[in-house]
Formats: sequence, C-alpha cells, structure tokens
Amino acid sequence: METLPDGAWLPITFAVLMAFSMLLYAILDGYDLGVGVLLRATGEEAQRDRMIASIGPFWDANETWLVLGVGLLLVAFPIAHGVILTALYVPVALMLAGLILRGVAFEFRAKAPEPQKPKWDVAFQMGSILAAFSQGWMLGSYILGFDPSWGAFAFSLLVGVFTVAGYTLVGACWLVWRAEGELQLRAARWARQALYVTWAGVLVVSAATPLAAPRIFERWFSLPEALMLAPIPLATGALFLVLHIFLRRFPRVDHSLDWVPFAATAAIFVLCFQGLAYSFWPYVVPEQITIFEAASAPESLLIILFGAAAVLPMIFLYTFFVWRVFGGKARDLKYY
Amino acid sequence: MDLDPILLARIQFAANISFHILFPTITIALGWVLLFFKLRFNATGDAAWMDAYKFWVKVFALSFALGVVSGVVMSFQFGTNWPGFMERVGNVAGPLLAYEVITAFFLEASFLAIMLFGFGRVSNRIHTLATVLVAGGTTLSAFWILVLNSWMHTPAGHEIRDGIVHAVDWWAIVFNPSMPYRLAHMLLASGLTVAFLVAGLSAWRWLRGDRAPGVLKALRTGVVMGAVLIPCQILAGDLHGLNTLQHQPAKVAAMEGIWETEQGAALRLFAIPDEANRTNRMEIAIPGVASFILTHDWQGEVRGLNEFIGEHPPVAPVFYAFRVMVGIGMLMLVVSWWGAWVLWRRGVTPWLARALVGMTFSGWVATLAGWYVTEIGRQPWLVTGILRTGEAAGPVAATTIMGSLLMYLLIYVVLLAAYIGTLMHLARRPTAPEPEELGPRDPMRPSMAPAE
Ligand code: HDD
Ligand code: HEM
Ligand code: HEM
Repeated sequence: METLPDGAWLPITFAVLMAFSMLLYAILDGYDLGVGVLLRATGEEAQRDRMIASIGPFWDANETWLVLGVGLLLVAFPIAHGVILTALYVPVALMLAGLILRGVAFEFRAKAPEPQKPKWDVAFQMGSILAAFSQGWMLGSYILGFDPSWGAFAFSLLVGVFTVAGYTLVGACWLVWRAEGELQLRAARWARQALYVTWAGVLVVSAATPLAAPRIFERWFSLPEALMLAPIPLATGALFLVLHIFLRRFPRVDHSLDWVPFAATAAIFVLCFQGLAYSFWPYVVPEQITIFEAASAPESLLIILFGAAAVLPMIFLYTFFVWRVFGGKARDLKYY
Repeated sequence: MDLDPILLARIQFAANISFHILFPTITIALGWVLLFFKLRFNATGDAAWMDAYKFWVKVFALSFALGVVSGVVMSFQFGTNWPGFMERVGNVAGPLLAYEVITAFFLEASFLAIMLFGFGRVSNRIHTLATVLVAGGTTLSAFWILVLNSWMHTPAGHEIRDGIVHAVDWWAIVFNPSMPYRLAHMLLASGLTVAFLVAGLSAWRWLRGDRAPGVLKALRTGVVMGAVLIPCQILAGDLHGLNTLQHQPAKVAAMEGIWETEQGAALRLFAIPDEANRTNRMEIAIPGVASFILTHDWQGEVRGLNEFIGEHPPVAPVFYAFRVMVGIGMLMLVVSWWGAWVLWRRGVTPWLARALVGMTFSGWVATLAGWYVTEIGRQPWLVTGILRTGEAAGPVAATTIMGSLLMYLLIYVVLLAAYIGTLMHLARRPTAPEPEELGPRDPMRPSMAPAE
C-alpha cells in the first residue's frame, strides 16, 4: 500500500467532493443535454414542448453542479486547475458556447415571436450536442494525459461521440420516466438506439485507459486486485442487459416502474466513474500532479469544508423539495 | 501579425464579464421589485399588481438565463485565461468563490423553478417565500463576488509566504476597506438600472396605447424607485471616491485627469488626456472644486499622476468612463425627480413617457462605465500591490485566444440583439384581459393556478 502524506485527509476529502459533484453533474445535466440532443427527433411541437417542460424546472440547478465541480478544482487544487484548463482550452470554449446556446434557447423559444421558435429549437439541439461532445473530448484528452499527438486527438473525438450517445441514453430514459403515451414509446426506442452506441463506448474507453499508462494497467490486471475489481465490469454488463430487455417492454400498463431505465443508466454512470477514479487515483493531472501536490493551504481548505458541511445538507434538502414539487409525469409549464 | 496573448486574454475577460454583468445587474434588483409587486397583490388583491408581476417575471426569467450561462463562462475564465491568479491568491479567492457557489447559486437555481413554475403546485405563501429566496440569493451572490473584487483592489487580512498569499484573518478579508462602498454602490446601481428599465419599458407600452392599470403601476414604481435611489447613489459614489483616494490614489488621479500634484485642484468637466505629453488638451475646468470634493477643503492637496509614473493606469479610458457614469447619474437625477413631480401633478404625459423611454438602458451604460473606471483604474495590478496582470496570464497561444474571443463576441452580439428584441416583443403584446377577473382579497382562488 502507498503511504499517505500527513494531513492527507483534506485533499482526499476535496477530491471526493469534486468527483462527487462532477459525477452528479454528468448524470443530471446529462439527461438535460440528452433531451436536448433528442429534441428535434420528433417533429410534433406538442411533444417538443413536453420534452422541454420535463427538464425546465431542473436544468439550472443541474448545471450548478458543474460550477461547483470546477469551483472545487479551482479552489482546492489551484495548480492543477490552471494546467488542466489551459490544456483543454479549445474544448472548454466550445463547451461553453454549447451551454450558452442551450441555456438561452430555453427562454427564447418560449418568449420570442412565434416564427423564431424553430430556430431556437435548432440552437437548443446544437448547443446540447456541442456541450456533450466537448465534454467527451475533454474526458478523452484527460484519459490520455493531454497527449498532443494526432492519434490521441482522434481518440478524444471518438470519446466525444460516445459521450453524446451516453447523454442521449440517460436523456431518453428520463423521458421514459417523465413522459406518457406516444412520446414515452418514442423515448424507449431512442433509448435502445443510444444504448448500443454507449455500450461500445464503454468498452472502448475501458480498453484504452489501462493502455494509457503502465501504472494503470498494473492496477487493473495484477492479482489479487483483478479479482476484487471484477464486480465493476460485471455489474456494468448486467445493467446493460437489464436495459436491453426492459426497454423492449414498453408500453406498460403499470407505470410504477417507469423510473427503472433511468436508475439503471445512472448506475452505469456511477460504475464507469468509479472505474476511472480507481485508475487515476491519486493523480489530479494524470501521471503528473497528485492531489497532494496540488492542494491549497489547509487553512483555506478547512474554511471551505466548514461552509460545505453546513450548507450541503440544505442544498440536498431543497433539491429534494423541488424534485417533489415537480415530480411525476411532466405537465405543461406555465408562468403563473 | 503579432498578437499579444496577454492583451487578448484581457480583452476576452473584459468582453465576457461585461456581457455577464448586464444581466445580474437586472436580476439582483428585479427580484426585489417582483417581491414588491407580489406583496402589494397579496395585500390589496388588486389584479393590476399581478399583471405587473406576470410581465416582469418573464423579463426576470430571460435575464436570469442569460446571467447564468454567461456566469458559467466566467467561472472557467480564471483557469483558461489567468492560471497565475489562483496559483498566487487562490487561498483567498478560492473560499470566497466557493461560498458564492454553495450559499447563493444553488439557492437561486432551485427556488427559481418554484418561483417561475410553481404557483399551482405550492401554496401562495411558499411561492412568496421562493421569491424572497431567489431575490436574497442574487443579492448574496453579489455580496461574495464583490468581497473578492474589493479584496483585489484593497487587499487585507493576508500574509505572503514564498510568494503565495495565505489567509490570516477572514474577517479582515471579507470586510476589506473598499468592500462596504463597492457593495453599496453596486447594489444601488442595480436598483437604478432596474428602475429605469421598468419605467422605460412601461412608458413605451403606454405610448403604444396600452393603458392597463398594471402598466401604470409599474411605471410609477420605476420612477419613484429611481427618484429615491439616485441621491443615495450620488452620496455612495462620493464616499467611494474618498475611500479610493486613500487606497488607490493613482486611480483617482486618472479619474480626475490630474497630472501634477496640486493644491486647490480644479474639477475637469471636459478634457482630452494626452498621455504621451503627460498633459490635458481642451480642458474645461472649475478651479478648486476637485480638491473640495475629494478632501472637503478648497485648498486640499491632490496627488497627480506624475508621482506614479509606470505605476498608474491608462488615463484616457478611466477619465472618460468616469464622466460617462457621473453624467448619466446626473441625468437620472433630473429625469426621475422631474418625472416624479409630473406624475404627482398631472399623471403620465407623452413627453415624460418619451424621456423615460430614452433612459431605458441608461443604467447598463452607467454600470459598465463604472466597472471600467474601477477595473482599468486598478491596472497595472491585478491584485493591488501583490500581483501584476501580466504575471497571471497562461501559456495559451494568441491565435487560439483570438479564435475563442471571436466566437464569444459573435454569440454575445446575437444574444444581446435577441434579448432586446424579445423584451420589445413582450412589451408590444397588450396586457391580456384576464379570462376571469379575480375576486379582491382572495389570492388563493384556484383560478390562479396555471391552466393545465
Ligand atoms: C472576481 C473578480 C472580478 C470581478 C467581480 C470583476 N472583475 Fe474585472 N477584472 C478582473 C476581475 C474581476 C481581473 C481578473 O482581475 C481582470 C482580468 C485582467 C485584469 O487586468 O483584471 C479584470 C479586468 C477587467 C477589465 C479589463 C481591464 C484592463 O485589462 O485594462 C475590464 C474592462 C473589466 N474587468 C470589467 C469588469 C466588469 C464590467 C465587471 C463587472 C462585473 C468586473 N470587471 C468585475
Ligand atoms: C469574476 C467575476 C464573476 C464570476 C466568476 C461569476 C460567476 C458566476 C456564475 C458561475 C454564475 C452562474 C451561477 C448559476 O449557475 O446559477 C453567475 C451568476 C450570477 N452572478 Fe456572477 N460572476 C462574476 C461577477 C459577478 C458580479 C460582479 C456580480 C454582481 C455584482 C455577479 C452577480 C451574479 C448574480 C446575481 C448571478 C445570478 C444569476 C443571474 O442573476 O443571472 N457576478 N456568476
Ligand atoms: C453621480 C454620481 C456618482 C459618483 C460620484 C460615482 C462614483 C464612483 C466611483 C468613485 C467609482 C470607482 C470606485 C473605485 O473603483 O475605487 C464608481 C464605480 C462604479 N459606479 Fe459610480 N458613481 C456615480 C454614479 C453611478 C451610477 C448612476 C451608476 C449606475 C447606475 C454607477 C455605477 C458604478 C459601478 C457599477 C461601479 C463599479 C463598482 C464599484 O467599484 O463600486 N455609478 N462610482
């Protein structure tokens, strides 16, 4: 076992918090972005409105997890923050452009003059695709330790495509949960299509990560670790099978299990994330800077932790409240 | 062509935050105005207040969305453009930014959903509470970010070890010398921006023939709010200037266009600062007044820019921007007081309405001008006396920054046009007559729920 430096619990706590908000972001804004990707897959305006209504009350809070994740990187690991964001300058700029288009299209499509609505739908979809794609690009580039070669670049773009598929999957499953009738049927079909691409993506990334560094290879394929880790890929595979079977069963008379595909997809995200985290630990910049080297001064970390401990429970409480208020099948959203 | 990456990074940062600040300026105060409309409705049952609420809540939602997306861009800017900033002062800046996210952003984002869409689903009381929390959240977020910004101007409560800033006294950091002034001045700026926006857009609706009582109520609210806030703003601005003289004398010298240290310094009403020859051209000045304003003594000494050679900001932009801000402030004083008087004596008149329409976006211009004074006036420092702007720049190539800068500018121009276009589109629609009139003092009637 590696020995940990003194006072290691603080950087570790922050790494866990940061990873947690990034994961939560990927699942939560993942479904928003996925719904955005799918928006124009249906030509019927009523269905589009319903799709938007299903994410309307949530997207802003969902996106805040990204602000928190980047914020924690910024405040807890300032050195790494500069290295990572300057290395990812281009995809970050594209992602921001995508998030801008997506975020404003929400409001404009409902308020701008009627003839402009289709244009904002395009902006909504393009923004969602661009944001999802750039996030995958960043992930790919991160996995290969910001390797500047063309091969690595191509790999990053490939991960971008897979990420779009993954978000589409979770977005479609969200709709299966939150929509009814015709739209729900379509969503189940979209989910199945996205499922197989996501499956391929998970396989490719899982194969590439150990090859990125001998250290990671070592970590996965030496005994007894390999045996202890086996549940992660096995459970992931099982969940894919569950989705494959379950998604064929729509329409169902009984709606009480409509949440299952969404939960299964979220669980896949969690497992994949766990695998990545295991690979990269304890590095925050792959193979270059560990979380211990990058951490800010303990006094500053403590004061943030103090605030976070006080406020995070409240955030969960009112997030829960909002989810309850807007729970169940999506209804029309109307300003009162 | 040789592009300077530092200059480009600065332009990009300035463009992004200038775009960003337009929307928080509106949402910070508009949240409280909406609360006011709501409370008036709760108290009187007068449906006109609800009409005003319904119109302005749409403007709020639109502004909020633009504020959020441009704010997300801001939070990435530190890493992409100024990696040196967090490396050197992250121990102070980090916790302040983190507190903004955890205390303010989640609060606003979550309760916004209830404020916008929740009326039929929660009780009237919870809905009012959501409005309070959203307004409080925007104000709280302004508080934290202005603490950080003020600390960058007048750092306190820290010590430097091995070139890295460490926090020593959080109380001193949060309540650093310029924070109370900047916070008060910015919150008032937000109030004034909203006052003139509300009055101006309502006046435009009135001119187009929409005489609904809700339009008149909003117009009156805007004018009265402007008339009350502007004297406070002038006072706060004056105090802010005195504080700046104490901590950043070079900035004040640039604002006033004073090159040589003088006693009984004149107030330059107009001039063309000429930095190459270190003098002003075409100066129109009133003797002694600058000294009086800044030191409250007609013969007081004001230090000139020549005492800070190589250490003072570019003079012309600070000098002009200051005049734009103060000029608009004076105009606001005249228009709102005259407007209040006309409204009191005669009600809305076409001339008053035209004047208000002309002032609709004056708050935006003054706010931007004010920020340019403050921020450009801090140069060449990023954090006064601690970190120079050039030292914080990252290794990104100029062409890359140029590309992203052009992309942002394109998006911002389109969005600004769409925003203003949509405001006008919303204002052009006549106030819809209620399908069923609401009974007075019965705010909980189920007919208030959104149509399903
Ligand atoms: C938390 C910090 C912070 C906050 C709240 C603001 N600024 Fe700022 N500003 C900076 C932190 C900063 C900075 C990081 O310190 C910059 C970047 C480069 C520089 O010179 O200072 C800067 C530069 C900068 C410049 C360029 C000055 C120059 O390079 O000559 C402009 C025009 C503005 N800002 C405008 C604004 C506006 C309109 C703001 C209103 C919200 C604002 N700033 C708030
Ligand atoms: C460098 C400076 C700034 C950064 C990094 C920044 C960052 C952000 C971010 C990330 C958001 C979106 C939060 C969300 O997801 O809800 C936001 C919104 C907001 N910001 Fe800023 N901001 C800056 C400057 C300012 C200033 C100077 C003010 C006020 C005076 C301000 C006031 C607000 C407010 C009130 C919001 C809430 C959303 C809205 O009203 O549109 N910000 N900001
Ligand atoms: C008419 C009298 C006014 C005076 C004397 C005045 C004075 C000042 C001064 C001295 C500063 C620079 C502070 C510094 O950086 O050290 C400043 C900044 C600023 N002003 Fe004004 N101002 C006036 C009116 C206005 C109005 C009408 C608005 C907007 C509606 C406004 C908005 C701002 C903003 C947003 C800033 C930057 C934030 C800050 O540093 O507080 N000001 N003002």
